[in-house]
Amino acid sequence: MTSWTDRLFAAIWRGLILFAALGVLAPFLLYATGAMDAMRLGFYIQQLVSGAAIGCVYAMVALGIVLIYKATETINFAQGDLLMVGAFLSFTTIGIFGLPYALGALLAVAAAFLFGILCERAVIRPLVGEPAFSIVMVTIGLGFFLRALVGLTPGWGTDTFTIPTPFTDHTVQLGPAIISQNHAAIILLTMALCGALYLFFAKTKIGVAMQAVSENQLAAHYMGIPVKNLFTLIWGLSAAVAGVAGLLLAPIAFVHSQMGFIVFKALPAAVLGGFASLPGAIVGGLIVGIAEALAGFYLPQGFKDVAAYALLLIVLIVKPEGIFGESGMKKV
Amino acid sequence: MSAKKSAQKESLLALANVESFYGPIMAIRGVSLSVPPHGMTAVLGANGAGKTTILKTISGIMEPAKGQILFQGEAIGGADPSFVARQGIAHVPEGREVFPFLSVRDNLRMGAYIRRDKEAIGGDLERVHAYFPILKRRADQPAGHLSGGEQQMLAIARGLMARPKLLLLDEPSLGLSPLLMKEIFDIIRRVNGEEGVAILLVEQNAPMALRTARYGYVLENGRIVLDDSCERLSRHADIRDFYLGGGEVGERGERRWKRRKSWG
Repeated sequence: MTSWTDRLFAAIWRGLILFAALGVLAPFLLYATGAMDAMRLGFYIQQLVSGAAIGCVYAMVALGIVLIYKATETINFAQGDLLMVGAFLSFTTIGIFGLPYALGALLAVAAAFLFGILCERAVIRPLVGEPAFSIVMVTIGLGFFLRALVGLTPGWGTDTFTIPTPFTDHTVQLGPAIISQNHAAIILLTMALCGALYLFFAKTKIGVAMQAVSENQLAAHYMGIPVKNLFTLIWGLSAAVAGVAGLLLAPIAFVHSQMGFIVFKALPAAVLGGFASLPGAIVGGLIVGIAEALAGFYLPQGFKDVAAYALLLIVLIVKPEGIFGESGMKKV
Repeated sequence: MSAKKSAQKESLLALANVESFYGPIMAIRGVSLSVPPHGMTAVLGANGAGKTTILKTISGIMEPAKGQILFQGEAIGGADPSFVARQGIAHVPEGREVFPFLSVRDNLRMGAYIRRDKEAIGGDLERVHAYFPILKRRADQPAGHLSGGEQQMLAIARGLMARPKLLLLDEPSLGLSPLLMKEIFDIIRRVNGEEGVAILLVEQNAPMALRTARYGYVLENGRIVLDDSCERLSRHADIRDFYLGGGEVGERGERRWKRRKSWG
């Protein structure tokens, strides 16, 4: 039995999706009918791409939050600060040691993975069995600690840095638009990362075991799956994804100890996507990024910062379970 | 050496005086039981008697406060569940507990998580598909889409995928139709007979359990009150009255409520 309010909200939801799709496609339609010139279409495409690029970074942070949430049912508020640490690690390998970009990036992401494992072992593992709320509070504390730690580290400190990349200051022509190679690299690398994560979770034994743990922890114990060790690995994986995000964000947003506050854009992205869905986190991040970019370009000043939350409010009212969320699937 | 001691030494699994608590509440009190190699042993008892607790304590989900659990002569009481599983004990939990969003195939693969021999796992997949053909047809479906009976089959098959020496079966008949129940118990008998997997079966359905297993323990309020071969147990007057549905009430001219259990 669905009540008339459910059907009303479902209809509004479909209307909103249609409206958003039309809105995004409108400039292309206007261009096709001759009502918009090529230059303005080019601007529009550039906004779209730069929005998608920053959205990819939000998506990766959201992905890390969702990974940890699905497995351990705690929300990691320090996810943004893991990104910050990851960015500083890349800055160290590439900027300070002067390693080639690809090698430095690989080393930094590996170091971020180990750092995530260290965080879980040192901070989260002793709290297993405590209420989820306590663990969430501890992750907030962990964020403060990491910001202070980075600020105190010689060579890092509270200054802002940049990482030289092979993409910086290069552009590619895409139809009437000129796209920064930085943005293109972020989007392509995020797609590659998503593909790799998909293969990992669908095909490898340990990836399937991670899904199993998040679906039924008790049964995973019965199968002999070492649940606690998998939690540690998930933290490592999540920190590695944050490290990639930090690496990619660095050339467009500077490296500094406060860059972790990006988590306040990633959280609405995760909620938008349904919070327990990995594809949802990606789509949520892209939506937030693109909405921000378009609001920043076409709407008066100030709209950019509230765009994510305005979208979140609308979605929560109309479809509280999020875009990819499934209501009533949670076992009690 | 006493007879009991030597019996413990020969058995695959032996519990001696095991006690477990749920917080302050003692769930099982001084439970001693044993399962011989390749044998099938049943634990009977009503709801809340502590049957599930025994299995959870064996597989390491619960820690025994007292007593000893020996598997193949090695103490496993209080060990980590993944350690117990690697020793060769597979637990098929009450209420199936499948991974609902994973495919049936991945559920079975997770059953073999502790194993490294890839080729043999493939062979065992064929083997459990032979026992439960429906699982082959549903291999790509999420386990949550299966019916209750199919999920029970999946849970048993998943347990077998670990190629265990001992299978702990918790209420396999729960929520099944009589026909399906018979089918599942036939397969349990085959697994025990053809493959020599020892089984510790926990059941509320006493008639089914007594027909399937060779030796039985009766559990009441966390205590073992009676144990004997299943043949003799099913002739035991009290068992007939309290667990098998009192078929002879009329003949004896007694009413159920008048009888007292001889051990109570």
